[in-house]
Amino acid sequence: MSLAFKKIYTNISHITKATCTLKATGISNEELAMVDGKYAQVVKIMGNKVTLQVFEGTEGIPKNAEVIFSGKAPSLKVGRELAGRFFNAYGIPIDGKHIPDGTEVEIGGPSVNPVRRRQPAEFIATGIAGIDLNNALVTGQKIPFFADSDQPYNQIMAMVALRAQADKIILGGMGLTNDDYLYYRNVFDNAGALTRIISFINTTEDPAVERLLIPDMALTAAEYFAVQEKEKVLVLLTDMTLYCDALSIVSNRMDQIPSRDSMPGSLYSDLARIYEKAAQFPDGGSITIISVTSLSGGDITHSIPDNTGYITEGQLFLRRDTDIGKVIIDPFRSLSRLKQLVIGKQTRGDHAQVMNAAVRLYADAMNARTKMENGFDLTEYDQRTLDFAKEYARLLLAVDVNIQVERMLDTAWELFARYFKKEEIGIKQQWIETYWKEQPENRIETNQELNHEHLGRINISFRNKEVE
Amino acid sequence: MEKGKVKNIISNLVTVETDYSVAQNEICFIRTGQSDLMGGVIKVAGNHAFVQVYESTRGMKAGDEVNFQGHMLETTLGPGLLSKKFDGLQNDLNKMQNLFLQRGEYTDALEHESEWEFSPLAETGQSIQAGDWLGEVPEKNISHKIMVPFKLEGMLIVKSIVDKGLYKITDTVAVLQDFQGTEHIVSMIQKWPVTIPVKIHEEKPRPFQLLHTGIRLIDTMNPLAEGGTGFIPGPFGSGKTVLQHAIAKQAQADIILFAACGERANEIVEIFTEFPKLEDPNTGGLLMDKTIIIANTSNMPVASREASVYTAMTMAEYYRTMGLKVLLLADSTSRWAQALREMSNRLEELPGTDAFPMDLSAIISNFYARAGFVKLHNGKQGSITFLGTVSPAGGNLKEPVTEATKKVARCYYALSQQRADSKRYPAIDPVDSYSKYLEYLEVQRTLGAQLGDTWVDTVIEAKDILLKGRETYEQINILGDDSVPLEYHEKYWKSELIDFVILQQDAFDAIDSYTSLERQRYMLYAVIDVCHTEFNFQLFDEIAPYFKKIIDMFKQMNYIEFQSNAFNQYWKVLEELINQKKAKEHEPGI
Repeated sequence: MSLAFKKIYTNISHITKATCTLKATGISNEELAMVDGKYAQVVKIMGNKVTLQVFEGTEGIPKNAEVIFSGKAPSLKVGRELAGRFFNAYGIPIDGKHIPDGTEVEIGGPSVNPVRRRQPAEFIATGIAGIDLNNALVTGQKIPFFADSDQPYNQIMAMVALRAQADKIILGGMGLTNDDYLYYRNVFDNAGALTRIISFINTTEDPAVERLLIPDMALTAAEYFAVQEKEKVLVLLTDMTLYCDALSIVSNRMDQIPSRDSMPGSLYSDLARIYEKAAQFPDGGSITIISVTSLSGGDITHSIPDNTGYITEGQLFLRRDTDIGKVIIDPFRSLSRLKQLVIGKQTRGDHAQVMNAAVRLYADAMNARTKMENGFDLTEYDQRTLDFAKEYARLLLAVDVNIQVERMLDTAWELFARYFKKEEIGIKQQWIETYWKEQPENRIETNQELNHEHLGRINISFRNKEVE
Repeated sequence: MEKGKVKNIISNLVTVETDYSVAQNEICFIRTGQSDLMGGVIKVAGNHAFVQVYESTRGMKAGDEVNFQGHMLETTLGPGLLSKKFDGLQNDLNKMQNLFLQRGEYTDALEHESEWEFSPLAETGQSIQAGDWLGEVPEKNISHKIMVPFKLEGMLIVKSIVDKGLYKITDTVAVLQDFQGTEHIVSMIQKWPVTIPVKIHEEKPRPFQLLHTGIRLIDTMNPLAEGGTGFIPGPFGSGKTVLQHAIAKQAQADIILFAACGERANEIVEIFTEFPKLEDPNTGGLLMDKTIIIANTSNMPVASREASVYTAMTMAEYYRTMGLKVLLLADSTSRWAQALREMSNRLEELPGTDAFPMDLSAIISNFYARAGFVKLHNGKQGSITFLGTVSPAGGNLKEPVTEATKKVARCYYALSQQRADSKRYPAIDPVDSYSKYLEYLEVQRTLGAQLGDTWVDTVIEAKDILLKGRETYEQINILGDDSVPLEYHEKYWKSELIDFVILQQDAFDAIDSYTSLERQRYMLYAVIDVCHTEFNFQLFDEIAPYFKKIIDMFKQMNYIEFQSNAFNQYWKVLEELINQKKAKEHEPGI
């Protein structure tokens, strides 16, 4: 930001923890300014009194501090030179290299006209079966990981990003620990992917309020690459919960009445403004957003995950499976709302049925487990579902799986044949004929009728047509 | 035009200093840089008008010029609205050429150059009043009535009316004289302030007949009446949108108005992509031809979210006055309430529960009250059926928007996370949900005439079986399979039979997604017959497999064309299956 020939004031009248107020004229709303060398933004104009929010906080600012107005809203110079670079929340390089050249664009720009959007339709392969098989992602989608803070969501995000075959990956780090920041940097570097990665980083060492600029910076860069360069852009935002915390700090300092969980009443709109930047553009470019919303004790009714869930197109839920000692993508609580647009169309025809059948059998296993825990006897079928569940979790749900979709489907068929009879999996005859893999050596001989399943769960194939 | 100057700016709340006698809710434009930003007055204090701006106020300065328009937010009404896509302020989105929405860009709702074939319905010298039909033009597949402007008061005389022919919407089609002798020139367009209900009907009787949606859980179990109101609360992922889309696609209405209010843009893109390809199952015409979409997605300006539902309702009232059946769907009214909350907060009003404004409940009930079945002055009938979704925070149905809506909406379709998790779609909870219309004598009479005298009793019996099933299920779970009497299992499985065959429906299957009333009647009676049957079971573990077989047969029937050969074949197999296990006449079972 060039501050030459700008209006300069030295007459601050009020200073609070986060804001300072002074008399100034001709100032526009949301304009960026420097107060005593610190970045600030106009948040309120009352006649000739202008209130500035100082991102770093107001520690040590004297009443006669120099206030320089920039005359414009926060902006970013966009261009190809952004690629491979690391920036802070203001878009200033933190990698010690030159300031990239480009066209200056205000961040947080207008939304896409809904009639100009296209329906998302391109499958993103991640190699993780818990995602590709059960919750396929589509370009132009927005989806968060819901995870407790002890789960390895940053590692998984980095993995997804590298495998997703995006033209550009834009990392928006909010309240990232320095260790995690270095982790991302190393992973991308080692993968030789640095040239297609752009990062906007606010670490825990930076002021919390600054991170409010991160998503807008990242998405402004994303819009450049997706619209101007017609590229497939993947935006990673981690951690959105910390972004929301910053929102609540600001709202509190602005004396706003808090809504649920001390969050501002505008939380839904604030989050929607960010997530809705995900779009499939008519010329082939797209912005896909994968974010992290860290949870507190798995509670998804908290305001942040709750509002997020209403905005995003599904969620990926991480859970530690104690049976296999690994983190899995929870097949019940995870959902990709857009998977219907690609599965069975860009993947093999049996995808939808195999996915549903496996999840249904896994559900039977969970019921069997409840039965066992409540001290009821297990039937032979229950036992088989439990055995199946363990292998299913190990070979398919675990996040360390990295295989092609075809292999995932074949694996599922192998497991079906190993533990079940054809009529137990509830899949259309056509697919059974094509893909059933008889495994006589593993067949479990049963001499009793399989009629003792747990009440309330029945295996009729009525939902199989769901996603054909 | 009256002017003022911007004094204070806090986000999208702007205080304007003006000597002009500004009216509450008056529209103004604020000149910011190169654009004029639209706003509406929401509070007046002395010479200060508080304006909520429908756009981002970035770059606005103290001292910016404000032009007051002398009217409230109005909707433009006339032929050409059908199949259009508007934003919340009725801008035609297709006319906006850019990829991104430009701040301060406003486009006409109607085509000023298009010509319509007008046929007069009124005669010179005729006495006439607001809302009466002056003539008609064909719009898509409906006869669009050109009406006496709603704003004109009292009885008027038709001084002149044009002959049949092609006219533009702004051409004069009639001259009317009011009781004071003033002449009013009438064209095919008129404007109406969105927040004021159109009340120009003769009477508003209680709804008395079903609005057929083809969804069994609604039509059979909790019928929505034509001219009635209903709402669908549900946590995210419980299928609100799929359900509303299904209703929009199938409902027996002449006009569908879809207000996407603060929801996902990709969902609206889905409608844009799908609807033009779909046929209306009731008329065979294209679905898009009878649809108007008002899209204010969640990332579009918050203040116009509130406007979007009012804009939609006003258009609904306009078409209702033509004697048409209008179905208005709003997804989701919670987002609208949140927009109210944001503004109330900026105005520093004392907050109610969860920081919502105190008058939230009144605002919601006034809005729902605009729906209804009406008899027009000319004896014809029209209706607005309104169905809104509610997105309760944290899935908790005790939050203010759900509670306020529950007080006014007559149908309650509670979406349950549990049912959604076990893939029982539509995930409407059969026990918690209700339709008050089932208690209306008028509705009972028309249902009786359509579906047989015993219909309502049968429906209530089915509900009882479902409730009993739920109770026995809990007992079985507590006591264990073999510690309860056999009949508990039977009761439970009879309720599962109703659940799987009647309640659950595949929205993605060509046949199952839409069930005709006749078919609904056939299936309910068939299923209830099975429930009435006394079976002869010896062991509890033969009950589940037996009922699963029956359920499977019925489900196969649901996927097959009604009364086709295959359908009847399944029915025969079913009858045999039932007879096998039926308790003999003289030796009562169990």
